[in-house]
Amino acid sequence: MRYIPHTPEDVRQMLEAIGVSAVDDLFVGVPAGIRLDRPLDLPEPLAESELLRELGRLAARNATPATHASFLGGGAYNHFIPAVVDQLISRSEFYTAYTPYQPEISQGTLQAIFEFQTLICQLTGMDVANASMYDGASACAEAVLMAARAGRRKKVLLSAALHPEYRATVATYCSYLGMELIAFPCDRTGRSDAGELARLLDRETAAVVAGYPNYFGVVEDLAALAAATHECGARLVAAVQEPLSLGLLKSPGELGADIVVGEGQSFGIPVSYGGPSLGFFAARQKDVRAMPGRLVGQTVDTDGRRGFVLTLATREQHIRREKATSNICSNQGLCALMAAIYLSLMGKQGIREVAKQNLAKTEYAKERIAELPGYSLPFGGATFNEFVVENDEGAGAILARLEEQGILGGISLERTYGDMPNRFLVCVTEQNSRDEIDALVAALAGGER
Amino acid sequence: MKRIGTNGLVLNENLIFEHSDPGRKGYSLPKLDVPAAELPAELVREEVAGFPELSEVDVVRHFTRLSTWNYGVDSGFYPLGSCTMKYNPKVNETAARLPGFTGAHPCTPEHLSQGALALMHGLQEALAEISGFPAITLQPAAGAHGELTGMLMVRAYHEARGNSRKKVLIPDTAHGTNPASAALAGYDVVPIASDGILSAQTVAEAMDEEVAALMITNPNTLGLFEGEIREICEAVHAKGALVYCDGANLNALMGIARPGDMGIDVMHFNLHKTFSTPHGGGGPGSGPVGVSAELAPFLPTPTIVRQGDRYGLDYERPRSIGRMKAFSGHFGIMVRAYAYILSMGGEGLRQASEMAVLNANYVRARLEGSYHLPHTARSLHEVVFCDRDLEGGCHTLDVAKRLIDYGFHPPTIYFPLVVKGAIMIEPTETESKETLDDFCDAMIAIAGEARETPDLLHQAPVRTFVGRLDETGAARKPHLKWEAREK
Repeated sequence: MRYIPHTPEDVRQMLEAIGVSAVDDLFVGVPAGIRLDRPLDLPEPLAESELLRELGRLAARNATPATHASFLGGGAYNHFIPAVVDQLISRSEFYTAYTPYQPEISQGTLQAIFEFQTLICQLTGMDVANASMYDGASACAEAVLMAARAGRRKKVLLSAALHPEYRATVATYCSYLGMELIAFPCDRTGRSDAGELARLLDRETAAVVAGYPNYFGVVEDLAALAAATHECGARLVAAVQEPLSLGLLKSPGELGADIVVGEGQSFGIPVSYGGPSLGFFAARQKDVRAMPGRLVGQTVDTDGRRGFVLTLATREQHIRREKATSNICSNQGLCALMAAIYLSLMGKQGIREVAKQNLAKTEYAKERIAELPGYSLPFGGATFNEFVVENDEGAGAILARLEEQGILGGISLERTYGDMPNRFLVCVTEQNSRDEIDALVAALAGGER
Repeated sequence: MKRIGTNGLVLNENLIFEHSDPGRKGYSLPKLDVPAAELPAELVREEVAGFPELSEVDVVRHFTRLSTWNYGVDSGFYPLGSCTMKYNPKVNETAARLPGFTGAHPCTPEHLSQGALALMHGLQEALAEISGFPAITLQPAAGAHGELTGMLMVRAYHEARGNSRKKVLIPDTAHGTNPASAALAGYDVVPIASDGILSAQTVAEAMDEEVAALMITNPNTLGLFEGEIREICEAVHAKGALVYCDGANLNALMGIARPGDMGIDVMHFNLHKTFSTPHGGGGPGSGPVGVSAELAPFLPTPTIVRQGDRYGLDYERPRSIGRMKAFSGHFGIMVRAYAYILSMGGEGLRQASEMAVLNANYVRARLEGSYHLPHTARSLHEVVFCDRDLEGGCHTLDVAKRLIDYGFHPPTIYFPLVVKGAIMIEPTETESKETLDDFCDAMIAIAGEARETPDLLHQAPVRTFVGRLDETGAARKPHLKWEAREK
């Protein structure tokens, strides 16, 4: 095996140094009764060429934007990734390193995370950001737990327009912690219903959680939600499932959010069947010691030179054990690096320009689809790069018809919103050409591509 | 003695924000082929204040220079105990980057995602065979996430039987995440003393009807096999409770023994340890969970199922604990782990465990005369020394920092907590005898330096880009982001 360097002579010498006669003698601590008495039943090992052939065969059985025109979004987005990103993260000093517990030989990772934390603060308009979480959904769950902990309250109001998988993840995390989770509806604009929210809010409420933009692609009126939330002394959690929107939209921090979490996959990370992606987590200065996850801070070395370390570790599981702010031990280091590289390349101008392209393509698609007989856009609120389409024919039937023409036309809301079997979510990014959008519109209309 | 660590030209580098020059661009976009559009003005921000403006070259140089301040497995020996820093095969990286994998959207209809689903199903089956657990979920994102998943399933199991119970027993040799994960499932943590190896009698005495589970690590964090595991499981089961196993140390056991055959009910895997996927400077990992048939109904939703020659996602699972994250887990990491298993085969995996254990015992044999070994039972994949006999007022931290000057990544230090001043060494199977000899020579030389010239240890590291950093100052006055005025 090419990954194991031992020659028989090495093994002999090592056994002799140890003072045993066979490798098997080293397993004397494993009782005979529980030893496996047969070889593992796994396929015969493959040579590198065979392996690539086999995995290539599997990869070829997946639809991708190379095989289909894709309008799938819903929390995972097809954006262009500059070649620089993969080239740089392929530096094995980055990807084969562990968590930076020894800062003197981890300054590359640490400085990159410090830069990532800064970029997330700038984008979200918040004071502090951590080194990243697993994904947007689990970051959202951690935000709810933090709000409950910091506010010493147990009730949480979740917008029905928050990503369904984020809501489900919050529910799982809160299963046995005595929390009360209540959904509040959205209105005809597709925004969270501020009136309903005001009715449910009280002095027991720890947090209000809304998407920004929400699952329907609609831009929430965060300032209104924040005002109502703060009146009851609760925290507003903004969950950003499409962070590219923040190149254009007012930051959640500016609008009064207390915790901003989200999914960073749009920033240079491939969709890769849903993972690994990148949760981000940002908060106000006053809550920094209640935050979950790792934090990198700036400091100096013995000669006064600038350097970076993991800091405020007394919040974390390896020190506080069962009293920690979270059980999280890792972050999404390499994905955070991808986002830092992507955002550095795009910069102040690029993030805005690519966001504007997403908006323009989406508005073009919206207008064309709204004109089609039988189709309507049920929500009137402003959107960024996705929107809900309705047709009485049923989402499933329409999407199946598009598929036959090589188009992944969107995500049916039938499974996640039982009362919306006729609706589906369409996402348009800078990767969709006008021709592709025109083909989608023609296919929706029933014509040939 | 061969000297690996040496001095060389290292390039300085500012923060990315300090390079910014208004008007520079590092991106290109196609010309917009539809009419421009505007959002209502009240929704739109001015600009992303503080974002840098850089050319592509600026960005490439910046991150390339940062990378040179890091130490990775590809740089050299990385014997972090409990972290299994084995070599990360390059073909796995190529495989995970196949466009058919990276471009697959998680909401694609199942019949157009057959490759991804088949791969995940194949990985589940392989993990089931290696561990002896009949059912697997691949959804958890990392080891600690897997622990939480497992403990929520334990809780759901007890709830379904009408008694949620209150306590979880955790031996002092456990990973730090274990107590935090148990607490998130709503349990009180009861620590139990182990004396290195946990006895079934200790467990039996701590058991009552209020205990929901025992969380154990096997081999434990001292690198020792819990030889009474079967009796321990019986004692726990006798009171109606379950046994959770932290699978971080599975690299000692592949093809040797299977946790599922020992009476354990639930265990998480670390694909980024045992199955060679890179650690990425802290992640992403992947933490699948294996369970007994009794716990299978509680697995997170969706599960990956096979119907004939078709694969699908099953959302109709009324007793499931629910969802742990969006979509189906860290697929890109699964591709790498599956590639590893297919490259190794069953015999190769067994050989990996055997050579990992041989390497740890060889290091132990070579260092036993120079460092104190607090627990002397036969080691498996890792060995824990301590600084008790170190001279010159030197401690574990000093040894770690001095090792850096010799060109090695230090072992895990001050863990497990049961050993004062612990030095926890896990060499893994991918290191050659020559590398281990170089490392052991350095360790022995450092023990001598502690005696003769202790300042060399106290001042270390001296060959790195920065010296020892002021961590106390960093925590006292947290400086967590760059501010514009700093330029």
